[in-house]
Amino acid sequence: MERMRKIEIPIAENLGHGHLACAGCGAAVAMRLTLKALGEKTVMVFPASCWSIVPGFWPYSSYKITAVHAGFVTAAATASGVRAALDVRGENDTLVAVWAGDGGTFDIGIQALSGAAERNEDILYICNDNEGYMNTGTQRSSATPLMAWTTTTPVTQPKENPKKDIMAIMADHHIPYAATATIAYPEDLIRKLEKAKVIRGTRFIHLFSPCPPGWKMASEQTIKISRLAVRSRIFPLYEIENGRVYTIQEESRVVPVKGYLKLQGRFSHLSEKDIEITQKNVDDAWERLLRRARC
Amino acid sequence: MPQRSDLSQRGGEMKRVITGNQAVAYGVILSRVDVVSAYPITPQTTIVEELSELIASGRLKTKFLKVESEHSAMAALIGASTGGVRCFTATSSHGLAYMHEMLHWASGARLPIVMVNVNRAIGPPWNIWSDQSDSVSQRDTGWIQLYCENNQEVLDTIIQAYLIAETVKLPVMVVLDAFVLSHTAEPVEVPSIEEVDAFLPPFCADYAIDTQEPRAYSVITTPDYFMEFRYKIQKAMEEVPEVAKKVDDEFKARFGRGYGSIERYGKDEAEVLLMTSGTVTSTSRIVIKKLMEKGLSVAGVKMKRFRPFPSDEIYEVIQGAKKIAVIDRNLSAGVGGIFSQELRASLYLREQRPPVFGFVSGLGGRDITPELIEEAIQYTIENDRPKDEIVWLGLKR
Repeated sequence: MERMRKIEIPIAENLGHGHLACAGCGAAVAMRLTLKALGEKTVMVFPASCWSIVPGFWPYSSYKITAVHAGFVTAAATASGVRAALDVRGENDTLVAVWAGDGGTFDIGIQALSGAAERNEDILYICNDNEGYMNTGTQRSSATPLMAWTTTTPVTQPKENPKKDIMAIMADHHIPYAATATIAYPEDLIRKLEKAKVIRGTRFIHLFSPCPPGWKMASEQTIKISRLAVRSRIFPLYEIENGRVYTIQEESRVVPVKGYLKLQGRFSHLSEKDIEITQKNVDDAWERLLRRARC
Repeated sequence: MPQRSDLSQRGGEMKRVITGNQAVAYGVILSRVDVVSAYPITPQTTIVEELSELIASGRLKTKFLKVESEHSAMAALIGASTGGVRCFTATSSHGLAYMHEMLHWASGARLPIVMVNVNRAIGPPWNIWSDQSDSVSQRDTGWIQLYCENNQEVLDTIIQAYLIAETVKLPVMVVLDAFVLSHTAEPVEVPSIEEVDAFLPPFCADYAIDTQEPRAYSVITTPDYFMEFRYKIQKAMEEVPEVAKKVDDEFKARFGRGYGSIERYGKDEAEVLLMTSGTVTSTSRIVIKKLMEKGLSVAGVKMKRFRPFPSDEIYEVIQGAKKIAVIDRNLSAGVGGIFSQELRASLYLREQRPPVFGFVSGLGGRDITPELIEEAIQYTIENDRPKDEIVWLGLKR
């Protein structure tokens, strides 16, 4: 456990005006912060996701950095190729980053990601997790939480399976660095990105981004929900080095999951019993994380 | 295994006895490829093995990404080629089919990637032998396709392919038959790397990744512009015949070997033409010679380039022919052999439209023997028109 630190957030703005993100989009805030941390000497690979649309249509772009749009399946593989080209050109100090959604990471892109992580490719992979296929209209992904509503898991048959533990999967690839982060804790996010930026090998950031239309939540509550996710331990903040050394960022103001769930329409069908089950699952996951951290 | 060539040595050409797959590896190294990314599949595997050895020997600066799938192999090259370096991969059959999405991506992004496909049937039933159905299935992906007849042509075509690809900014697939070429050793003239350097300049991409001048690659385009991107690909394809001829002429001037897009051999002003691609052509050369000696009016046409389809070049060499027989080692079920279908389509608006006899043979690696080829020619001579859309050769009924 460690206390979160205050740091300076870079002034540079590398996400320009006129992007097409929805009102209250958590990922737009996350992207703005991320590009501040990564700086101009970055090539960002982004597979099909909301971010195929958000930066705008050719010949315009809101990105002020180099952006390579890639096939849905291919983020980590395309990034491996960009890395190889830059290395051949002697540009080892140019950062190759990935910005992929949870669908592009947990589901369709996991083979390419696993391959790149096993090869320990020198890339910084950011998974922007909004817990579903939001760009295509909120279908379930393997990052969608248990019992949540999506357009393919209607309230009469909500999601029957728990969310995939992507951090455990990445940790077990023994990559040098993996961390969770979310926008309600911008200094923690920036610190982790700046730390990841200078490590060589595969780095993974699991970035939690509330999605107002997909989560059926008010657009002004994005930051609040991001914060409640951490406080309720739905989404704890932590780092894993070399798949072994865990550091958990302390959030002492712990709250029950109920407050987090109640703010989102995607959980409005949950009964008191369902909420209890969710609370138990979260408590169990926290214990599991603590056990892993102690090992 | 034949001795590995010391490719860095100075001097003229060296004659080596090498397999088709080794010829591929030599062509790649001589072309000074920067990034290779590949996944193994029979019968392509000895290409990646040979390249691994050559690269591991430390004499080459090529980076080899040993990825977890063919889909990722092509994706990695799309990333690397966007980064402005020369790229290569090789695959076969299911591997090529798995790459399909990325083949469209490579041509759509106008990346001059060169890939070898060792023709192999696609299952089921499971089969590892020669069959063109894998490569012809990719005909609409915007790749140039060049088919090879022997190991010398394989090596030479790879070197030529980079010059063509980098001139028109489209990817090239170099195709060779499984086992008949991939695993069969033949004498091959291996040029020195200096000679190849003089022929093939370093790759210089127009819009390589440059963080000083940030760009957004392959991004979303509205209906207002999308069609114009496709039109430009078609225009680039239309440049290929002239570019490929120039490249081939220059190659011939330097190395003494040229291939053309279409080669006609046998009797001048023949009444019956036999069109083939790949190694079937070598067998056909013997059959045509024999039948000419018997006094038959026959000639052969070897089709090297399948995409862009060489309509004008073909029309030029078929002048005066009464009938054309095409042997397809591929099948588009419900239609027939692809080469014969495309030939028929290309002749439709022409003045001379000799009937095209479509023979399907040799699927899944069954030998296309001299006897079968002779049978095809005899059938074509004896009938005014084909009795069926598809004439099966050597089929057990």
